[in-house]
Amino acid sequence: MNKTELGIFIKSLEQDCRTKEGKQFTEVIVPSSKLHQLAFQLKENDESSFDFLFCITGVDYGQELGVVYHLRSTKYGHTVVLKTRTADRENPHFDSVTDIWKAAEFLEREVYDLLGIKFINHPDLRRLFLDNSWGFPLRKDYVDDINIVTK
Amino acid sequence: MEEQVKTTGINEQEEYVINMGPQHPSTHGVLRLVVSLKGEIVKNVEPHVGYIHRGIEKMCESITYPQIIHLTDRMDYLSAHINNEAVCLNVEKALEIEIPDRVKVIRTIMAELTRIQSHQLFWATFGMDLGGLTCFFYGLRDRERILDIWEETCGSRMIVSYSCPGGLMYDIHPNFQKRVKDFIKYFRKTLPEYDQLLTGNVIFRERTMGIGKLSLEDAVSFGVTGPVGRAAGFSCDVRKYEPYSAYDRVKFNEVLFTEGDTYHRYLVRMEEMRESMNIIDQLIDNIPEGQYAVKMKPVIKLPEGEYYQRVETARGELGVYIVSDGNKNPFRIKFRSPNFVNLAALNMMSKGFKIADLVAISGSLDLIIPDIDR
Repeated sequence: MNKTELGIFIKSLEQDCRTKEGKQFTEVIVPSSKLHQLAFQLKENDESSFDFLFCITGVDYGQELGVVYHLRSTKYGHTVVLKTRTADRENPHFDSVTDIWKAAEFLEREVYDLLGIKFINHPDLRRLFLDNSWGFPLRKDYVDDINIVTK
Repeated sequence: MEEQVKTTGINEQEEYVINMGPQHPSTHGVLRLVVSLKGEIVKNVEPHVGYIHRGIEKMCESITYPQIIHLTDRMDYLSAHINNEAVCLNVEKALEIEIPDRVKVIRTIMAELTRIQSHQLFWATFGMDLGGLTCFFYGLRDRERILDIWEETCGSRMIVSYSCPGGLMYDIHPNFQKRVKDFIKYFRKTLPEYDQLLTGNVIFRERTMGIGKLSLEDAVSFGVTGPVGRAAGFSCDVRKYEPYSAYDRVKFNEVLFTEGDTYHRYLVRMEEMRESMNIIDQLIDNIPEGQYAVKMKPVIKLPEGEYYQRVETARGELGVYIVSDGNKNPFRIKFRSPNFVNLAALNMMSKGFKIADLVAISGSLDLIIPDIDR
């Protein structure tokens, strides 16, 4: 499927999402409550068959926190970008996709470690690189006490 | 006496937890594996990482794009040039700059030299991990020749920083073509020695064949790429499915096996060295004339938007994801590093094997710790 067809197809799977044709990939903005459901369908549906999750990125947009999933189908070779956001900065949480792609286990732990985004149903959600006493350094409001990183 | 028997009986029921690393000769860096054992059988492997986490992604948010190039060298230091290339390609794509053919070809040759020297070091250390110390001397002897070529052209031996947005830092040295051809001629002769020394060795085959199996389904689900994925039959070569630089104009084979064990992960790398030499052969005499870099603005600002670029490093797929807000530094930059994702599969691969096999399995993943930690 090309980018436009993919956008229409995903729209037919989930009414609540917004699709956008980016320069490189089709981008899908999905509400956090529908994320797991849509991800499961994208993997299992024979027409899309997104079996290769190659990147999970946590992004701090300032007001909101978001997670970006890059998916590729090894069967058809098309790629899609799933995006979801939450305005809750105190206790941000999304559904984990570890039950769909095993690669998510480490990638989600990294997002949790650096941005403090929790993933519900993750089998082993612990800090990965940093100690428990650290804040979440990739957040924009993170204050570095030693002041090494200043903009 | 009776009591003693009882105690050992209890111990056999229980799992025994030991630390492997952070300082262990076979982890090639500060990786700590917490291994649960039952007798000699591995029940669970839990990697603990972060000993050299430097926060490269955070640092990148406060520096400019040409500066980021130099930080990417420090991730996977054995694929330094390919890491540079990934960021450069992404910046060039965002700015929609057309890059001279000369740059594309030179970058490809450099990338393939990077792959060869990385696999040489893999071969050297993998042999050493499994008890063949001779490999280490052979591998490093040949790798030195590539480093010498780089020293002449890039001014640096390992972390080259040769690419920059818009082209290359400097033009190639007049000796470059001749020396690369000499090296290829030399390495064609010495590569069969590698096979004689290790590939056909009975002890080596006994220790690697059928060890640490990874099925195709698991490889795709774990997102394992590079030689580890291709040994399991997962066609994941970015050079093939999304050609960048000059890979669309060369002919080469993607090395694929279906067994997915340690021995075939090793074989993929051996074959890839041959393929890399073929690629260099096709390009080295046809470096087009022209500029070695296009003129860029002194301050590079990417237009607002999101950009993703993937390249094939010696260890798998490296992705660079840039979110730009129009400033001279990225709003968010993410490196999808191949080693980090490959490490996730280690537990699954080593379950049920002996503890000595764990060394072989983690060696065949060819982990570079700074790339995991970033």
